[in-house]
Amino acid sequence: MKTTKSGYRRPASLTKAPMHYCAGCGHSTAHKLLAEVLDELEISERTIGVAPVGCAVLAYFYLKCDIAEAAHGRTPAVATGIKRALPDRIVFSYQGDGDLAAIGLAETIHAANRGEQITVVFINNTVYGMTGGQMAPTTLVGQVTATSPSGRESATMGGPLRMCELLNTLDQPYYIERVALDSHAGVLATKKALRTAFQAQVEGRGYSFVEILSACPTYFHRSPLESLKFVGGEMAKQFPVRIFRKEGVALHA
Amino acid sequence: MKGAVTVESKRVLMTGNEAAAEAAIRAGCQCYFGYPITPQNELIAYMAKHMPAHGRVFIQAESELAAISMVFGASLAGARAMTSSSSPGISLKQEGISYLAGCQLPAVIINVQRGGPGLGNIDPAQGDYFQATKGGGHGDYHIIVLAPASVQEMHDMTFQAFDLADQYRIPVMILADGRVGQMMEPIRLQEGPAPIPPAKPWALTGAKGRAPQCIRSLFLEEGALEKHNLALQECYRRIAAADTKLEETHTADCEWLIAAWGTCGRIGKGAVQKARAQGIKAGLIRPLTLWPFPYERLARLGAQVKALLVVEMNCGQMLEDVRLAVNGATPVHFSGYPGGRVPTVSDVFNALTALVRQ
Repeated sequence: MKTTKSGYRRPASLTKAPMHYCAGCGHSTAHKLLAEVLDELEISERTIGVAPVGCAVLAYFYLKCDIAEAAHGRTPAVATGIKRALPDRIVFSYQGDGDLAAIGLAETIHAANRGEQITVVFINNTVYGMTGGQMAPTTLVGQVTATSPSGRESATMGGPLRMCELLNTLDQPYYIERVALDSHAGVLATKKALRTAFQAQVEGRGYSFVEILSACPTYFHRSPLESLKFVGGEMAKQFPVRIFRKEGVALHA
Repeated sequence: MKGAVTVESKRVLMTGNEAAAEAAIRAGCQCYFGYPITPQNELIAYMAKHMPAHGRVFIQAESELAAISMVFGASLAGARAMTSSSSPGISLKQEGISYLAGCQLPAVIINVQRGGPGLGNIDPAQGDYFQATKGGGHGDYHIIVLAPASVQEMHDMTFQAFDLADQYRIPVMILADGRVGQMMEPIRLQEGPAPIPPAKPWALTGAKGRAPQCIRSLFLEEGALEKHNLALQECYRRIAAADTKLEETHTADCEWLIAAWGTCGRIGKGAVQKARAQGIKAGLIRPLTLWPFPYERLARLGAQVKALLVVEMNCGQMLEDVRLAVNGATPVHFSGYPGGRVPTVSDVFNALTALVRQ
């Protein structure tokens, strides 16, 4: 973050378009951090992003780099195709929980298992935002959504998928970290994780994955402030914030 | 080309599946993504062996969905990309094909058809005509569909498919069947340097020295999707005008016309020759492009002949396009072989002579 006497500055890799995200949504912060990392690593002119189907489908309005739109869940497969065709470019996918952990679970696991030289940015806010707050694969047990109106019941709906833990069972990933956009410290940690992940790709180290616990006040049915507490509290309890894989070595296997 | 038997100086003996794979390599296919399914397995195995040897990309994907999405990614990055499968796998690829069509991305897709619906069987079939020519996936689009009847055509059409795909920024499907895919025939390979693809300023290669670009099929702005779809239709009209291809045999004076595609077209040609030998003025029309379909030529031939006989290894799919073209001017009869049976020349000849006797 460039701070001058006049304060915070818009990253060069972020457009001036007003974001369509709801008040308190984590996507806007994640976008800004991503743009800052592209700036700092000076890679925006050789970066190609892949946007998901979900709230971030319009990422190309906000990020000043080439962006492709994938079919729902196929995001890492599309990123694989781009990276294999253009191995000297920086390729990332930006995905929500439905895209990454439900419909695109196979693509997620297999791209990681092949050790594709891509960076996957995973926004986990435990709900389908774009379609109206339905249950996601990461919805907490008991959490009320449009399709779990009495709360998610693990006996019939399963429990929340822990993606970092799942991917950490694989041999090939180089870097896996979970962070939470729940506080100022969380924002800084998220920035650092994104930077580490992209740096790994710049150096050709391998597959990197950053899960960002993120607020969706609209479908948490909470105020933005209460939503941040939920992210840092109940969500972080279910999804521990930590580095899982560093330089190819599993830290919490 | 290890394993291929050279039968004379410039001809080699190959299966159709291998011939298609070798054609893709010779056409400059940079990325191949596939998933095993019978009866196209020789193709993916050939690519697994030869693509890396040429310094190109080969991935056995986790699914057909992933394979076509990898094609989507490689294509939007400007590479010549291909996938292959057979009927049930092609159903899965329809998602990606719709996105390719919506994003106007070139790609080559080979369908070595087997029986259906469902798992069907692994025998040759032509049951995917509707799926291939009428869109297949969701939305209002077409792809170019080429129908090979021989191993040579499997090779030549696959080679040409890359240029067509790049020229029009459209997916091109080779609609073969298990017989064409697995049969071995001596063929002449495409020689010379690989064709140079046109410049692709639309490709996403990183925004160095230009404004960032986006490849998308989502058009939320009012009127934008209508405009986009009308532009696609305009492209389809150009393709239909310039690249509708067909083969005719003895049509100049024919009174009885067989219309058939792919394997059935080849068998139909044998039936026409047999009929001619017996003094029956038979002819054959074999569309080489199933989309665009040769409606105009068929309409003219329909006005000339006493009756048409459509022969397909299905329950009557191209039949509907033939009837549209002829528009009631002439009786259109059908001889169908669903379920994996390949008709013999005698089968088709007998169906034709039954018409003549009526």
